[in-house]
Amino acid sequence: MSVSPEEILSQALQELTGIKDLDQLDQVRVHYLGKKGLLTLQMKELGSLEPEQRRAIGQVINQAKDQLQAQLETQKEVLQQAALAARLVSERIDVTLPGRGQTVAGLHPITTTLNRINKIFASVGFEVVEGPEIEDDYHNFEALNIPAHHPARAMHDTFYFDAHTVLRTHTSPVQIRVMESQTPPLKVIAPGRVYRCDSDITHTPMFHQVEGFLVDTDVSFADLKGVVYEFLRAFFEKDIQVRFRPSYFPFTEPSAEVDIECVMCGGEGCRVCSQTGWLEVMGCGMIHPEVFKAVNIDDEQYTGFAFGMGVERLAMLRYGINDLRLFFENDLKFLEQFN
Amino acid sequence: MQISEAWLREYGGHPAVGTKKLVAQLTMAGLEVDSVVPVAADFSGVVIGKVLSLEQHPDADRLRVCQVAVDACSHVIGCSDNHPDADRILAGQDMGEDIVLQIVCGASNVRVGLKVPVALIGAVLPGDFKIKKSKLRGQESFGMLCSAKELGISTTAEGLLELPDDASVGRDIRDYLGLADNIIEVSLTPNRADCLSVEGLGREIAILNKTNWSIPYLNEPVHTNSQMDWSITQVEPVNVQHQDVLPVVVAVPEACPRYLGRLIKNVNPNAETPLWMQERLRRSGLRSLGPLVDVTNYVLIELGQPLHAFDADKLNGKITVRYAQIDEALTLLNGQEIKLDAETVVIADDIRALAVAGVMGGNDSAVSDATQNIFLECAFFAPLQLAGKARRYGLHTDSSHRFERGVDATLQARAIERATQLIVAIAGGSTGPITEVTTEKYLPARPSLFLRKQRLQKILRSSFKGEEIVDIFQRLGMAVSAETDGWHVTPPGFRFDIAIEADLIEEIARIYGYNNLPSSSLLMRSKLGLATETVLDLNRVKYLLVDRGYQEAITYSFVDEDIQRAVAPDAICIRLQNPISSELSVMRTTLWCGLLKAALYNTNRQQSRVRLFETGLRFVNASGQTQQQKMLAGLILGSATTEQWGEKSRKVDFFDIKADVEAIFALAGCAVQFVPAQHPALHPGQTAEILSAQGDKIGLLGMLHPQQEKQLGFDTQVFLFELDQELILKKHPLKFKSLSKYPSVRRDLALIVKEDVAIAALIDCIKSCNEESLQDVVVFDIYRGKGVDEGSKSVALSLIMQNNSQTLTDSEIDAIFNRVLETLTNKLSAKLRD
Repeated sequence: MSVSPEEILSQALQELTGIKDLDQLDQVRVHYLGKKGLLTLQMKELGSLEPEQRRAIGQVINQAKDQLQAQLETQKEVLQQAALAARLVSERIDVTLPGRGQTVAGLHPITTTLNRINKIFASVGFEVVEGPEIEDDYHNFEALNIPAHHPARAMHDTFYFDAHTVLRTHTSPVQIRVMESQTPPLKVIAPGRVYRCDSDITHTPMFHQVEGFLVDTDVSFADLKGVVYEFLRAFFEKDIQVRFRPSYFPFTEPSAEVDIECVMCGGEGCRVCSQTGWLEVMGCGMIHPEVFKAVNIDDEQYTGFAFGMGVERLAMLRYGINDLRLFFENDLKFLEQFN
Repeated sequence: MQISEAWLREYGGHPAVGTKKLVAQLTMAGLEVDSVVPVAADFSGVVIGKVLSLEQHPDADRLRVCQVAVDACSHVIGCSDNHPDADRILAGQDMGEDIVLQIVCGASNVRVGLKVPVALIGAVLPGDFKIKKSKLRGQESFGMLCSAKELGISTTAEGLLELPDDASVGRDIRDYLGLADNIIEVSLTPNRADCLSVEGLGREIAILNKTNWSIPYLNEPVHTNSQMDWSITQVEPVNVQHQDVLPVVVAVPEACPRYLGRLIKNVNPNAETPLWMQERLRRSGLRSLGPLVDVTNYVLIELGQPLHAFDADKLNGKITVRYAQIDEALTLLNGQEIKLDAETVVIADDIRALAVAGVMGGNDSAVSDATQNIFLECAFFAPLQLAGKARRYGLHTDSSHRFERGVDATLQARAIERATQLIVAIAGGSTGPITEVTTEKYLPARPSLFLRKQRLQKILRSSFKGEEIVDIFQRLGMAVSAETDGWHVTPPGFRFDIAIEADLIEEIARIYGYNNLPSSSLLMRSKLGLATETVLDLNRVKYLLVDRGYQEAITYSFVDEDIQRAVAPDAICIRLQNPISSELSVMRTTLWCGLLKAALYNTNRQQSRVRLFETGLRFVNASGQTQQQKMLAGLILGSATTEQWGEKSRKVDFFDIKADVEAIFALAGCAVQFVPAQHPALHPGQTAEILSAQGDKIGLLGMLHPQQEKQLGFDTQVFLFELDQELILKKHPLKFKSLSKYPSVRRDLALIVKEDVAIAALIDCIKSCNEESLQDVVVFDIYRGKGVDEGSKSVALSLIMQNNSQTLTDSEIDAIFNRVLETLTNKLSAKLRD
């Protein structure tokens, strides 16, 4: 043996002090411990020695190998840590930069409002039903106890296609269509577009209504009050004041308008509520016997109530929107506020 | 309807409630008050003065120096001797009881003897305008003579407000003109025609306050107990002074069940309408038009009975109430010339139609400054006969408004006497006897109704005391008799809205107060709802689009015909008879009309990226039938993503919108085909029709045709889709398929095919091999260019193979690969790329 294992070891350890990365480290490992490594070769040479010598030198070689192995491991650990640290530094980004890809948009505030109304009523078992928008005179007027020339027709500025065909002026015809085809008990709401021939600051020729009605054997005006009150509280998420005023609709008797305390001023009186402190939000009443007659429901056996509300008005109050026309201009700057 | 609060209070039995409470009472009784406006602006310190003399101002052409008498004690506000200005004001001459003030005035109608409002020193006029002693061009002035405008009574004024000769000098003008009053605007529902008068609204006030209702002009209350009696006998007939009559023939008693008329001779058409009447008319929104018209208007407002005065000297022969002849001509009071139809009732003399019954009089027989003798008409026309007639001629009058809704058929005798009384008092004249034609059987009946105790309780869920019910009905002027199980109730003549039991229930609820009735929580039979899986919720689709960056729009269902024609030139559109404007005149046959308009609205406002969708009906004409189809449509334009740092900006293209559409179908789990198609509004090379597996047409997508793009005013490419809601929401029923335990294998191949071979055809061809183990085919590249012949393309595909019962061996995989390749070669002449 020309060189002793100790010398090889000290040479190896000397080499390791200059190592900068894992590749160099591995080269050192191969040079000394690999298949043809210096220490490995020495181990192989042991065979040619005397058995006693073999054991003593073998021990020395093994010690050298172990020591080198341990040093390699330690150094590897240090280098790995350093490499990871360097990588982490190099991979640092500005996390405040915006994310990539598609942005999320939103539903129209009318749809959001309709969805909320539907959800509130669906939670107590009301079924959502839709109907045609081009409607016949019978369903829009006659069956709702509004015969031709009834003064109430003047309240509906109706769009006509011909003498018998109109754009529905309210969603109440859905009430007729449901009662024609189903038998009580009925719990239905009918949301949708309605049309009136009127256009100014506070009117658009198209708007949305939700009609709701309930028919069963023992429905009273008290139930109507209860439902309307609970709905308004749920919709505005607030225990607001509600009042019922006598009014007139040909298809209900008794009829009422419902006012809520002004949500803008809390009832103090402001421009929105014309200083009255109250805002009209819906019409309602007990379904008129003539309407039951038109759909062959026995008004002695069944009673019912119906209500109707303007969705734009509720959305305006809920979100503080001050111009009705914004709903139909579809300005992205408006729509995106409700995303 | 607008009315003076003071007038109303007089007729409502002087209720002891303030304005706010009174208004709230009306509103809460179903007579909604829209507004309460003071009749005059706030001012103080203005009294009645009399111009004693006037001289031309020495230094100003248009000014006069007046000596004006005011009351001895009124020239200083509050009559205070301690008033700081008292000494100076007293510079005015003392003329016995009166004080005379020197006032400089520029009004042209100032003249000696005129009585006018005088704003004294210290007066505050509307707008916080304080009157002080002043000098006008060197002449001292101790106050100001006022116009109606300066007092805030009117918005215009021609000179000083002239007061009647009998106005007492020194009286506070607010007091004299009754300006401590409000104009109350009541918005009445069509069922409450009985409240279209001071008497009717006053009656409601009396009912609500339980005051003693009275008819003021008789100077004594009708009743002193709380039970109302709205009977009609309280007008004392005017003494008849001559016996001349005009014969009246009612040829249409069903339309005119009652007609009263009388001749009043030798009236003075130029008499001055008294100020109190002018003021009451003004506060009701009516101008003074001479005593004869004023009186008929006054009685209309007071009692709700329309009357008409004809100039008797312009009538020929008798009065006939009949249907008009077809195209009979009539010039109305407002100058409008109309041609009548045969369903219109007219008042005629022997040679022509004089007036449209219950709507408006004619010009030829109208009273004028020269009228001497009048024929006064007071009739009851049946509401159903009159309904809609005024509107046919584009008319809506105070008279038609009331007759269509119902005038008390028992009111005419009282009303004609009241009008006669007022005419004679103001314009003089001698009264003739009343001619009356009444056909009892056509008068509206007021049959007795029965209100069941149990029904009342069921509907209002409230139990009332019997006497409470009787009291309410009696206050309402209804005859009531109590039975053990209910009440017989007969409504009065003025109520046209009490016909069934439910109407009586409403009256009880109304007077009792809706807000005093109980409210209960919803306790009703319920059944479990459905949770269907075969129909997708539309909201799910909406949220998908929202999450893909689409903003929901809502556009009008009626659209501009120009856009409609540009987008769907071949469609037959459904036209409104009475559109609000030409821009909203036809029903959309596609949702694209509105979306394109909304997109333009935004691109015109510097939005370079627009993604919109809408759901709603389109209205198409299919073989003569209008179909209302529920659609979902979308539009994209501009950059594919919002401007950002990490992604190269690029414009959207066909495959962007196609991915969105495909995502919708993925929700429903339905296989669809995209087939090249043609549409007049879309690019011929970038249009696809979407077909369901069954071949149903689900919709279209494509690029807006460059021609339409330019015509509509876009400066960028626009991509559109429109889908049938019903078909996209049909959800594929969910069903479990067992998972394979064995590995899947992927084999890639590049094929050369002719350019006209659609990728869909290629994939269909592969699928037509029906290879059990072939799970999926993915296209991952399309290449044209070097190495590929002109007119051909190279398509790189992956075949994904997996078997449910074994691991596929290399030879099995090769066999599948070869069979697929063979089919492709045979059917599509595809070649494996070298």
